[in-house]
Amino acid sequence: MKRREFILKSAGAGLLAGTSLAAGRIDKLLPNEPANPGLPFDLVAVKGGSAAAMFDKAIAAMGGMSKFVKKNQTVVVKPNIGWDSSPERAANTNPELVGRIIEHCLQAGAKSVYVFDHPVNEWTRCYKNSGIEFAVKKAGGIMVTGNSEGHYHSVQIPKGKNLKSAKVHELILESDVFINVPTLKTHGGTRLSISMKNLMGVVWNRTFYHGNNLHQCIADFTTFNKMPHLNVVDAFRVLKRNGPRGVSVADVVEMKYQIIGTDIVATDAAATRVFGIEPDQLKHIPMAVSLGSGTSDLNSLRISRITM
Amino acid sequence: MNQKNLRKFRWVISLLFLVSTALLFVDYRELVPEKWYSTILFLQFIPSLVSFVRVFSIAAAGCLVVLLLTLLFGRIYCSTICPLGILQDFFSFLSRKLRIRKRYRLKKSYSLIRYVFLALPFIFLVFGGIFLVYLLDPYSNFGRIFSGLARPALVGINNVAAGIFEKMHIYFLYPVNYKGFHWATIWFPAGILGLVIWMSFFHGRLYCNTICPVGTLLGLLSRLSLYRIKMDKSTCTRCGKCAVVCKAGCIDFRNMTLDFDRCVGCFNCLDTCDTDSIKYQHAFKSAGNNKMDDSANSKRAFITGTMIYTLGLLGLSKSLKANIRAAGTGNTNLIPEEKNHPVSPPGSISLKHFNDYCTACHLCISVCPTGVLQPSFLEYGFTGMMQPRMDYHTNYCNYDCTRCGEACPTGAILPLETGVKKLTQMGRVKFVIENCVVYTDNTACGSCSEHCPTQAVRMVPYKNGLTIPETHVETCIGCGACEYACPVRPYRAIYVDGNEVHRMANKPHFDEMEIESEEEEFPF
Repeated sequence: MKRREFILKSAGAGLLAGTSLAAGRIDKLLPNEPANPGLPFDLVAVKGGSAAAMFDKAIAAMGGMSKFVKKNQTVVVKPNIGWDSSPERAANTNPELVGRIIEHCLQAGAKSVYVFDHPVNEWTRCYKNSGIEFAVKKAGGIMVTGNSEGHYHSVQIPKGKNLKSAKVHELILESDVFINVPTLKTHGGTRLSISMKNLMGVVWNRTFYHGNNLHQCIADFTTFNKMPHLNVVDAFRVLKRNGPRGVSVADVVEMKYQIIGTDIVATDAAATRVFGIEPDQLKHIPMAVSLGSGTSDLNSLRISRITM
Repeated sequence: MNQKNLRKFRWVISLLFLVSTALLFVDYRELVPEKWYSTILFLQFIPSLVSFVRVFSIAAAGCLVVLLLTLLFGRIYCSTICPLGILQDFFSFLSRKLRIRKRYRLKKSYSLIRYVFLALPFIFLVFGGIFLVYLLDPYSNFGRIFSGLARPALVGINNVAAGIFEKMHIYFLYPVNYKGFHWATIWFPAGILGLVIWMSFFHGRLYCNTICPVGTLLGLLSRLSLYRIKMDKSTCTRCGKCAVVCKAGCIDFRNMTLDFDRCVGCFNCLDTCDTDSIKYQHAFKSAGNNKMDDSANSKRAFITGTMIYTLGLLGLSKSLKANIRAAGTGNTNLIPEEKNHPVSPPGSISLKHFNDYCTACHLCISVCPTGVLQPSFLEYGFTGMMQPRMDYHTNYCNYDCTRCGEACPTGAILPLETGVKKLTQMGRVKFVIENCVVYTDNTACGSCSEHCPTQAVRMVPYKNGLTIPETHVETCIGCGACEYACPVRPYRAIYVDGNEVHRMANKPHFDEMEIESEEEEFPF
């Protein structure tokens, strides 16, 4: 295990050095101050592979899943399963990626891995037609409904400006490890939907967000004391317009990207760049920064860049 | 086949009809395949008759089969096929077990009431519509009872059980988010259920021989039946055993006559006669006594059943609270919604078509996965009460779903191909910018557009980097997702006004996206 880790790490580092040197951006190799000294990298960006293969590379560069999941811990994985829509339509998280994350968690010794979302469309159809239910069961995870108010419990969000309290799914509150797996896509109201926006699916009373300054509520929730330990942004297929649901496959572009990181704000900042806009243009990013939830200054982070 | 077997045979067939029909109405886990629906309901008289009148097709000829069966064997429909009839037998069975009523006796024929209840719906049909037919149709009443009362009770029980299992982190049962218990209309099926329970507990099949127009119609026809139950005056000892078991109360043992018009064909009398004097046709042999044995447990079972039902309703009331959604700012300066027509389900062609042919059996309401279909109150007018409508305050229509059309036994909702369904315009979107939260609060929202499957509602640049909805009615299908999702209360900023006649929407069209050349480098 150690040997493999070593090889993977060196490969990652070598690749990073190679690509960075080739690109002439040697400064990126020498970050100013690491946000999380326990990890070799704060953020990993991978491109060019399948969603599952990119995750293998990314999590290895992060130091392996065992950095996040200890033996006998419970894990909750929160993909975007908002829509009754097939994987090709890219409205939901890539099922292959969700399956692979579960496999890594179980390999790291997780006791059980739960997966849920609070879908927008009729939930049994979302779970089924997104391909995620099948992938989860195949990988050994447990699908749980997010469609019942009884599962959601009131919590306080003292640092929130507009969102002072919310009803949050019990799996988020109870599980030892929380992995957020959004998909990068456009959104008619917020412009983009990434990690922070994906957390609206752990909350019951979403309508409140829309009526009370959507961006501020999204940012407010990042001050809640149970934030994802890891954010995995699926940008393998990207819904480039008509999001968050999309009308047809014509709205989708295969970008073959993946961003993973521990800082939800930084992860979203990197993902907005991948999409082609500046982080400050996604209003809840600067709002979350001012609430102290993370940084959008990518230059301050140790970033691993891997091309497959 | 001897007499004893005939009764058991009836028992098996009737249970098959009762269970399968009931299952359709309570199947909240979508276990019954859609293609079975038409088979299971083929012989239900009124839906089949409506369907037959509508299309004159052999596929809808179940009612003709029933008429033929009646001409051959009498009103066997009432004891083997009619779910409300069999349900009454179940209550009568309970009544006997609980020793409330163990014996029946001859009843007089309430001919006037019967013919009035038969004539009124048909007179009303000519001048007004299907209203009285569906108020009295036993199948539709059964459907409303099971869709409106049994299903929520079962969902409640499920939710209580699911809650217990989930405490143990077992998730094979999940709580079902029950939508919409309609106090305004539930009194009708509840009243019918009460009436049926009272009548069947104390008076056997009195309902079928007074109120039910199908019973009366088939009774008239059974006067011509080829095979019938007759009493042999030469051997009859006037012991009265047959009359004691006759739920229809149609055996006059003193005069050794039987009013076959009111006989529901249950065959209970056939195996009671010691002298073999009461016969169906004349080929049966005496089968001896087959009294049902008493069980001391039945009272307990009844009480347990009542408790489970109550428990179920309690579980339900918990999930009902879920329907009270967080209101937005509660602004009272908003402009009220202005709807000209209710929205009828996809495949119902027009309000007229739907109102003409729907018997309000509520099967579509039972099979609707989102709960957008709800019984109407006065939206279609008084004489359309309980006919289902698309209720976008409860939920919205799932874009890819065609279940209501597949289920409808009368053709009030016709089955649609998924592709056609996705273009069927039930109503049109209306946007009131003055109510929109982007306009009133200067904050981002996009909830309506996010839910819109065709992007008939699009977010376009507004000011301060905000986006605001823009509607394209030609591609709108009226699914109601925008109306459901709009956070503004008490009046929404976006809603669907029903189409009096459904139309075809334009296919959503977007230009090809320009695919940017793939960047070699990471953008950070």
